[in-house]
Amino acid sequence: MTARLPARALKVAVSIAILAVFPILFSNPTTTSIAVFTLIFMVAASAWNMFSGYSGYIALGHAVYFGVGAYALTLLANHLGFAAGWGVFALVPVAGIVAGLVAIPTGLIALRARRHTFVVITIAFMFIFQLAASNFAFTGGSSGLQPPTPLWSAVSYNDHFYYAAAIVLVATVALSWLVRRSRFGLQLFAIRDDEERARGLGVRVARVKLTAFVLSAIPVGMAGAIYAYFLGQIFPQFAFDPLFDLSIALMAFIGGLGTVWGPLLGALVLESLQQYFTVESGASQVYLIIYGGLFLAVILLLPRGIIPSVQDLVARWRTRGSAQDRAAEDAEAGATTDVVKAAGAR
Amino acid sequence: MNALIEAEGVCKSFGGLQALTDCSLSVPRGSIAGLIGPNGSGKTTLFNVMTGYERCGAGEIRFDGESITGATPERVFGLGVGRTFQITRLFFRLTVLENILVATQRHEGWVRSVARRAGSSAERGRALEMLEFVGLAQLAGSPAGNLSYGQRKLLELASLLVADPAVLLLDEPTAGVNPGLIEQLTERIRDLNRAGKTFLVVEHNMEFVMGLCHEVTVLHQGRTLVKGTPDEVRANPAVLDAYLGGGDDDDF
Repeated sequence: MTARLPARALKVAVSIAILAVFPILFSNPTTTSIAVFTLIFMVAASAWNMFSGYSGYIALGHAVYFGVGAYALTLLANHLGFAAGWGVFALVPVAGIVAGLVAIPTGLIALRARRHTFVVITIAFMFIFQLAASNFAFTGGSSGLQPPTPLWSAVSYNDHFYYAAAIVLVATVALSWLVRRSRFGLQLFAIRDDEERARGLGVRVARVKLTAFVLSAIPVGMAGAIYAYFLGQIFPQFAFDPLFDLSIALMAFIGGLGTVWGPLLGALVLESLQQYFTVESGASQVYLIIYGGLFLAVILLLPRGIIPSVQDLVARWRTRGSAQDRAAEDAEAGATTDVVKAAGAR
Repeated sequence: MNALIEAEGVCKSFGGLQALTDCSLSVPRGSIAGLIGPNGSGKTTLFNVMTGYERCGAGEIRFDGESITGATPERVFGLGVGRTFQITRLFFRLTVLENILVATQRHEGWVRSVARRAGSSAERGRALEMLEFVGLAQLAGSPAGNLSYGQRKLLELASLLVADPAVLLLDEPTAGVNPGLIEQLTERIRDLNRAGKTFLVVEHNMEFVMGLCHEVTVLHQGRTLVKGTPDEVRANPAVLDAYLGGGDDDDF
């Protein structure tokens, strides 16, 4: 334990260092733009996993909180007269809180249902919000809204968004890690494995599930806020996008559902691939074919996701190694006793 | 003798099926009570009603003199009523130790429950003590899904014990368990009973029930048929009829 702790701290320190120097090493705006989108999706996948991965309730409507975050930042910035610049980033946590508040009633309703019904209700919420955003006057209807556009130089324009997203990402992963090792997290895992029995052991399941749902909606809302500010415009069909829901779920599945690092790895691979193909081929839908293929490959080859499967492999490899060592030792010991016996016989 | 947990006049129907009709049961404090009856006589339904998993149509459930009718399972457990399931239920992907830690009761705000690590060292110590008690300590770190059927039953019992409930409701604890483990289970129940725990056991294994219980209640077609000591119940002709399908139930 004491030996593992510094190793883990080192891993975290290296990850943060890479995160911090990336835009300095790769300052090409095309690359940093891909990096911003990737970070936004890493936040969303990690936060989604904090609810769906830990509790086993697969939510396919987190685009609601992504969109609410996007609209909240845009509306607040425009109506409160925020000057374009760093100041607008102060609204990112506010947008997260607004998304969290919206998650309370929607979560209360959706969580009355279990499993499949729950999935359908979350999808329904997503379409209701999309429809509402396209029809209300204050959301600009189908023509959407524009947040203020900052006058940063084109060379370092993306970096501002990169670092804002990176800070949100570090906070989200820290929260996810904290939840995973906490008593609250253990209760979520208990719900995933057998909700009825968890109730029979005193777990207040309704409260635990809603808390996790709201906690996971907040970073998703913050991701949506940065997304809106970065794009400089927001439309209902991009803010409340069914593909967003499928993407973050797929990212978590591919990396490893219910693990801290799995969704990060999944988002890193899928989102950067998607952005790369969009930029390179210009055909923005090519990634859907690749998503399908990757998903199929993971389901067939690594059904539990990359991280748990690799961990299993490593563990099996290690035990096999030590078993071989032990067999060698036994053989040696056997040889020694034979020698002793032989000596005794003599 | 005062009853620690009791059901009075409980009725429960599922659609047109009357599962329980005016069913009453009381478990004296400090006793081991048995609940027997043919298949489909309503034993598990009564358990479910008593532990908040099912709502009853009429009647009352009391724990320690207070009504707990209609309370949620989590509240019933919090008050001190633990139960096991007929088909053993565990958190299969959690380790044996984590399974027990889920049941540790701690009252704290949700901020602390998120921020603090699951299982303080005291709680872990107590969980290990419980595993020692049921003989599973060496398996603490393995996934619960790897346990044998009998070991699962023992783990289910241990995870109730960590919360120190006043009464334990066991639904067929010996079903599918090998004779060696049944003996171990019997001993553990006796030990716990001597330490002051009250038990209500649903069982088909007559040898187990008759040897262990102080008092036995027989359910038949959702009604309380007979109640008495094991010897009285064994000697009662109505019980034989119920099991062997003798006279019609209009006769009683």
